[in-house]
Amino acid sequence: MTTVENSAPAQEIGRDRRRKEDRRLITGRTRWTDNQAITGLLHLSIVRSPFAHAEIGSIDTSAAKQVPGVVAVYTAADIGADAVQLPCAWPITKDMKSPQRPALAGSRVNFAGEGVAVVVARTAAAAKDAAELVEVDYSELEPVLDMEEALKEGATLVHPELGTNENAQWVFDSGEAGSGGSASEAIAAAEKADDQVVITRRFRQQRLVPVFMEPRSTVVDPTGEQLVMWSSTQVPHILKTMLALTLGLPEHKIRVIAPDVGGGFGGKIAVAPEEVVTLLVAQKLGKPVKWTETRSESLLTAHHGRDQIQDLTVAVTKDGVIKGLDVKLIADMGAYLGLVGPGVPILGAFMFNAIYKIPAYRFDCTNVFTTKTLTDAYRGAGRPEATFGIERMMDEVAVELGIEPMELRKKNWIKHEEFPFTTVSTLTYDTGNYEAATEQAMSMFDYDGLRREQQERRDRGDVKQLGLGISTFTEMCGLAPSRVLGSLDYGAGGWETAAIRMLPTGKAEVVVGVSPHGQGHETAFSQIIADKLGIPFEDVEILHGDTQSSYRGLDTYGSRSLAVGGIAMVKAAEKVVEKAKPIAAYMLEASEDDLEFTAGKFSVKGTDKGVGIQDVALAVFAAHDYPEGIEPDIDAHATFDPENFSYPHGTHLCAVEVDTETGFVSLYKYVCVDDIGTVINPLIVEGQVHGGLAQGIAQALYEDAPYDESGTLLSGTLVDYTLPSAADLISFDTANTSTPSTTNPLGVKGVGEAGTIASTPAVVNAVLDAVRQYGVKDIEMPTTPYRVWTALNSAKGTGAQSDEANVASPGAGLGSMAKSDSVKNQGGAL
Amino acid sequence: MARIRTTVDGLVYEDDVEPRMLLVQYLRERLGKTGTVIGCDTSNCGACTVHLDGLSVKSCSVLAVQANGSEVLTVEGLERDGQLHPVQQAFHDNHALQCGYCTPGMIMQSIDLLGDNPDPTEQEVREGIEGNLCRCTGYQNIVRAVQDAAQKMKPGASASQPATSSVAGGGA
Repeated sequence: MTTVENSAPAQEIGRDRRRKEDRRLITGRTRWTDNQAITGLLHLSIVRSPFAHAEIGSIDTSAAKQVPGVVAVYTAADIGADAVQLPCAWPITKDMKSPQRPALAGSRVNFAGEGVAVVVARTAAAAKDAAELVEVDYSELEPVLDMEEALKEGATLVHPELGTNENAQWVFDSGEAGSGGSASEAIAAAEKADDQVVITRRFRQQRLVPVFMEPRSTVVDPTGEQLVMWSSTQVPHILKTMLALTLGLPEHKIRVIAPDVGGGFGGKIAVAPEEVVTLLVAQKLGKPVKWTETRSESLLTAHHGRDQIQDLTVAVTKDGVIKGLDVKLIADMGAYLGLVGPGVPILGAFMFNAIYKIPAYRFDCTNVFTTKTLTDAYRGAGRPEATFGIERMMDEVAVELGIEPMELRKKNWIKHEEFPFTTVSTLTYDTGNYEAATEQAMSMFDYDGLRREQQERRDRGDVKQLGLGISTFTEMCGLAPSRVLGSLDYGAGGWETAAIRMLPTGKAEVVVGVSPHGQGHETAFSQIIADKLGIPFEDVEILHGDTQSSYRGLDTYGSRSLAVGGIAMVKAAEKVVEKAKPIAAYMLEASEDDLEFTAGKFSVKGTDKGVGIQDVALAVFAAHDYPEGIEPDIDAHATFDPENFSYPHGTHLCAVEVDTETGFVSLYKYVCVDDIGTVINPLIVEGQVHGGLAQGIAQALYEDAPYDESGTLLSGTLVDYTLPSAADLISFDTANTSTPSTTNPLGVKGVGEAGTIASTPAVVNAVLDAVRQYGVKDIEMPTTPYRVWTALNSAKGTGAQSDEANVASPGAGLGSMAKSDSVKNQGGAL
Repeated sequence: MARIRTTVDGLVYEDDVEPRMLLVQYLRERLGKTGTVIGCDTSNCGACTVHLDGLSVKSCSVLAVQANGSEVLTVEGLERDGQLHPVQQAFHDNHALQCGYCTPGMIMQSIDLLGDNPDPTEQEVREGIEGNLCRCTGYQNIVRAVQDAAQKMKPGASASQPATSSVAGGGA
């Protein structure tokens, strides 16, 4: 028993704590899956199809089997991989068409890169050598590459057994739902009205690849009572349950571990065919087995993202008030359905109306199969697509009506005094203040000053023209209320779990169901627990990513780890305090009613008597003397199922310089002010925004995953899939406003996807703002120098050619050369 | 097989290796130096960057046999008596890493950069690390960290930090 001290520990929430995770990562003491070494470990190499669409004839493995060190070569049938049905957890409609997705193809391949056989060898090198000797006899079929062609009558079918290339059509109509008027009526009325116009645009969301820096890797050790899988995954819990359901394995005989995971961005939300193949081979041989992909395998076969055709129609009054919005999407699923793939574009249904008061809205999405790599979640998942569509459209409307683009947005957005606000797509936004974020962003950006500079450059005919772009966005985070997921036919809930173990020495182990891969969970969650239990930050250990310790969880995606998982931690901490209270009262010989808990101590009101919660932990460990009828245990476990999503928002402003002679776009200034509610750790928040911006900007300017006419991916290496380097980007000016969320006790909203969702339209709007004066109407993403140059020359009528096939690499990696106006750094860029 | 003798992070190793074995494979698979990682097949990402006789190299682009007789320094050999290298410390202080996969290569390249240019501008840092890709940070805090380390590594900046001269070079 101790007396209460007055020096309460400093508040941890809101502190810019340096990360606990860093030490091992900066010293190289890491535990990536590929680092795993087990005695007798065997290595896999997967034989992959070079064709997009082909019947598999014979497979000759005899030469491969002769390579020294090769243990086995299996075709799909040899290990039952062709009979596997990899799971899709999100059947978006009752009549959704769903092909069988095998772990290895048995009779037909449906995209270039699909696995057809697997080699097992003593070393990875021997396995790769032998894989090249496997002879596969293919009969080529027509590839299916164009989404609109694929939907036409008589089109070649990716999966003839489905009778169509259409996966599903999903429709929301606010007139039918009762949440608004009929968009088609609003548009028809606008066509007749003198004071309204109808504006229609088509936008293209190109195909992207998540490109986590750590290539995927899986190790399976089948030698223990529990089969153990280490995998570079965002979703160890989902993976475990899905492996049990998919392969008919007893779930309690599987343990999945996500050790250090090097980035995910949605790309590691999967039950990957390679994970299943590794498991099947390990079981077949009874030996530990490892599969690690090369970067080319990753680009070719790990799921891609985005890839939509967006047709938007807006009815708007001539003074800029939106009366109706119609959205028609076609979304490319690729060859198969991923874990949540069909639902990704559907998430956008709730976000096209964005921050605006749109009285009538229709969303109609058709998902289509092609013979390309499947698409699934990539940072933002459905929300960047929607935000791009509406924010590009707002600029188009502003141009058509001759209204300043920010003024147009102000005319239509939800005002701060109107929250909570139920939108036309049925979500209820709890809090927000678009005016405040915008005002701060405009001031930081010096919007008026940059407009003046833009005019000066125009007046003097500067080769480098300035463009300003706006994106005022919101997103739905904290996926997700389980009942909402149920109404969308999603295959699981959206709750999250946390457990707190109070150790005898007063330290706390916090077991969480979310699973980090760079987010800084160990640090941010320690801050929350330190505050809620009133114990030192250093006394908290966050345990995650191993289904043996963390047996209940739904993992990390959709900006949910804090907004859902963090709340489960708060609830568990409250239970620990509740359980400790009667024991503390007993120790203090006081009534529970007279106790108050602050800064980690129970104290008797009006006295200096108190006992720390860490002392209670020791007392229940010894258990020599405690009240009757109470168990000597203050550990607790809590599951939190959110009532609502959270709605971060913000204003992003981008200025670009466009070289009108070369078409080269360089970032000039980027300002964003994000409202993410309560900030747990501003340092981590800033880092999340920076990284998100880089990815969103990369979609606007650099990245693309195109296929040639035979269905071969043209960006199969990091030479061709051009991630931005440090020299391609600038320093961003970021800040936060805060209207705490009222849907959770921490007031948090989520930050992982904000930068990516918001930034892409800001950049493209800026590029077009620079060149619209020359008659350019649109430039597809990525707005590479070639595309900008072509658009400029076409608009000027100089007859530029549009032979894109000659331009493989869109343009990143040229940053240092562009900025210095000369090739002075030959070592790096090319 | 070819016999090679190398010094890696201050220890001498002698091994028979296949002539085609890459230095990064030798470090990871034979020496257990898994702090150095592989991120691509085409020498674009720089995750595998180490120092070979004091200069940064992408260890996926060097054969193990080319390191014969040389000194190799990896991220695992930077600490001195439990004290982080100033660049490691600056990465921590400035939140210059998230998932951490690119970090070993990024740190090794940054040290090399500071050896050439002890007081780089922001743009010089950006160009100096453009052969190293990061997908998490947007590079802003990495740039900040390198410039912070540059200040801390200036002669006389802090008695508790190792001097610049012991930093840019090779082995222990």
